[in-house]
Amino acid sequence: MNFDTSEEQQLFSDSVRRTLARDYDFEARKRTLASEAGWSEQVWERFAEIGLTGLPFPAEHGGFGGGAVDLMGVMEAFGEALVLEPYLATVLAGRLVAQSPQARAILPAVVEGRLRLALAHGEIGARHRVDHVTASAWMEGGHWRLEGEKAAVSGAPMAGRSVVPAQTSQGIELFLATPDAVRAYRALDGTVCGDVVFRKAKADRLGGGLAALEEALDFGTALVCAEAVGVMKSACEATLEYLKTRKQFGVPIGSFQALQHRMVDMFIAQEQARSMACLACSKVDANDGPRDRQRAVSAAKIRIADAARLISQEAVQLHGGMGMTEELKVSHSFRRLTVLAVQFGDADHHLARFASL
Amino acid sequence: MDLNYSPDELAFRDEVRAWLQAHLPEDLKEKVATYAHLSRDDLLRWHKILAGKGWVAPAWPQEWGGTGWNVVQRYLFEEELGFAGSPPLVPFGLAMCAPVLLRFGTEAQKRRFLPRIYHGEDFWCQGYSEPGAGSDLAALKTKAVRRGEHYVVNGQKIWTTLAHYADWIFCLVRTDAGAARRQEGISFLLMDMKTPGITVRPLYLMDGGHEVNEVFFDDVSVPVENLVHEEGKGWTVAKYLLGYERMNTGRIGESKRQLARLKEIARSRLDDVRFRDRLSRVEVELMALEITNLRFLDRMRRTGQPPGADVSMLKIKGTEIQQALTELLVQALDPLASDALAAAAGRRYLSMRKTTIYAGSNEIQRNIIAKATLGL
Repeated sequence: MNFDTSEEQQLFSDSVRRTLARDYDFEARKRTLASEAGWSEQVWERFAEIGLTGLPFPAEHGGFGGGAVDLMGVMEAFGEALVLEPYLATVLAGRLVAQSPQARAILPAVVEGRLRLALAHGEIGARHRVDHVTASAWMEGGHWRLEGEKAAVSGAPMAGRSVVPAQTSQGIELFLATPDAVRAYRALDGTVCGDVVFRKAKADRLGGGLAALEEALDFGTALVCAEAVGVMKSACEATLEYLKTRKQFGVPIGSFQALQHRMVDMFIAQEQARSMACLACSKVDANDGPRDRQRAVSAAKIRIADAARLISQEAVQLHGGMGMTEELKVSHSFRRLTVLAVQFGDADHHLARFASL
Repeated sequence: MDLNYSPDELAFRDEVRAWLQAHLPEDLKEKVATYAHLSRDDLLRWHKILAGKGWVAPAWPQEWGGTGWNVVQRYLFEEELGFAGSPPLVPFGLAMCAPVLLRFGTEAQKRRFLPRIYHGEDFWCQGYSEPGAGSDLAALKTKAVRRGEHYVVNGQKIWTTLAHYADWIFCLVRTDAGAARRQEGISFLLMDMKTPGITVRPLYLMDGGHEVNEVFFDDVSVPVENLVHEEGKGWTVAKYLLGYERMNTGRIGESKRQLARLKEIARSRLDDVRFRDRLSRVEVELMALEITNLRFLDRMRRTGQPPGADVSMLKIKGTEIQQALTELLVQALDPLASDALAAAAGRRYLSMRKTTIYAGSNEIQRNIIAKATLGL
């Protein structure tokens, strides 16, 4: 057991931070958010240049073979900068592709930044249950065909291909397909999502079923935890700064004990969340079997969801009216934390899973 | 970063676990499991068993009996102690006086006191709080006046845990009433509890137990060789100690055992989603605290520095968790039931309210983090 950061991990997270500091300040982000596309292709190209699009994929396809622990620093930096680009979607879908015969055809383009992927797993009414799959796939004239609808797919409009779970005669299996229709919309935090429709779409069978999907979602949940820690850090820092500079009654409001203790509780929640993000990332990399992994991931998501709610709400409250405005980053952090708290299962969902293990 | 135990670490844990299974006396284990009162002899018997094995003070330097274990091994050991249901190791000598002597004591003081602490020959208690100096510790008034080769001590301490068992007490006393800052006139003194003029009066708490006391000092004569660090530097010593004190208040192994026991007792209630979710949330808090604690240990290992002010969060979360577990235990057992375990759990619930008050109330801990860590 150790908490050491490897030299490679440090290099990666330093170069991500440098890139974000230069190309992704809050004003630049606001412009992207207000743009029609809602994301920046140039930023994606920068991600590819510094190796981010290769980080989680095997070396044989041009990647670096990184695991969740290797991605932690990146996701935290993304959280701090409130990155809008659909990186996590590409990572999760790409890792599922990496285990399939399609890897050779797909991954090099992903690594080079020419192709983005989406994980189209959610369905209306599924309420985060992974095995709730009504989309279906079958063989027809030597090809797989896919029929069904998937909802709230992060990054769907800019994804060239999607990984899709569907029912087959063998149970749930994973496919690679391109939707026939995408209804793009913005989620609560402004990120681009889509509801997607497959109408007898031609599909490639990836191999792997429910277990692989669960593993991918646990991997994703661990990374969502790491990203949330970054957002929490940024929200806490902004609030602390505000407490020190905002004056009322002739003194900084941070001199009031009622506010100090609330700030301390935010700080503690952030540290507890960070600990759980470490645990979750470490366990999804460990390969100790599904129970250990699921327990750690669900526990982490419960703690992170609770901390996200506390920190986002308190950050806005301690900022007063200014915290409500679009002008301040803290309101954007609020929205991102609200989404991250729910992504891949809210606290109630993970409480139920945690107790069942 | 890898939060999975290595094969070596697991082997170490198994070795500790096996040894504890073989050497923790059944009667002590039973007392701990039923929340029964532990006598001075109970506490010292277990202390001496561990000392005999060489495991009573793992964190000390090896020349004084430390084990040389790394941070993870020490943590695993503590967790196994708690998880096995062993009696607590009373911290006043091992984890409070000793680190102070190791850091600030003279060679003579170390040689005189450390071996006796190690072997459980001296039982120590802590003289900090006073009736007018609780959260505001620097307001303490107990006075020590230098007369030749002695200090003459007058005053009163309160909340002195296990003073009625103690052979020695370490005290913060005021040696200079005229110091510019209140913190500057304080010194750290060691006193033999048998010295004439020391009186111990019990304070019974709402669980009916006798654990804390008032200690009165009436012209108590203390040799100057019992002064630790320089005269007037007691506040420096106290601050150093407080960090370590808070490091030990997480009680994670102990809470893990309470959690396991609670799950056993409450098995029939786990179908109740409301109860189950409350329990799960506490369990998750405990998992987070465990990793946070390890992160602090890791930082201490890397920097070689004592824990910073933010270590207060371990005290805050650890005590909140202990209290939450006890509340759930009482709920699971029904405080109005007639059986002995329910009654013991009820008393434990009453007693555990002290944890968020003692060792610096949780409000003071928040003040500390606000000021020293966040700069508010």
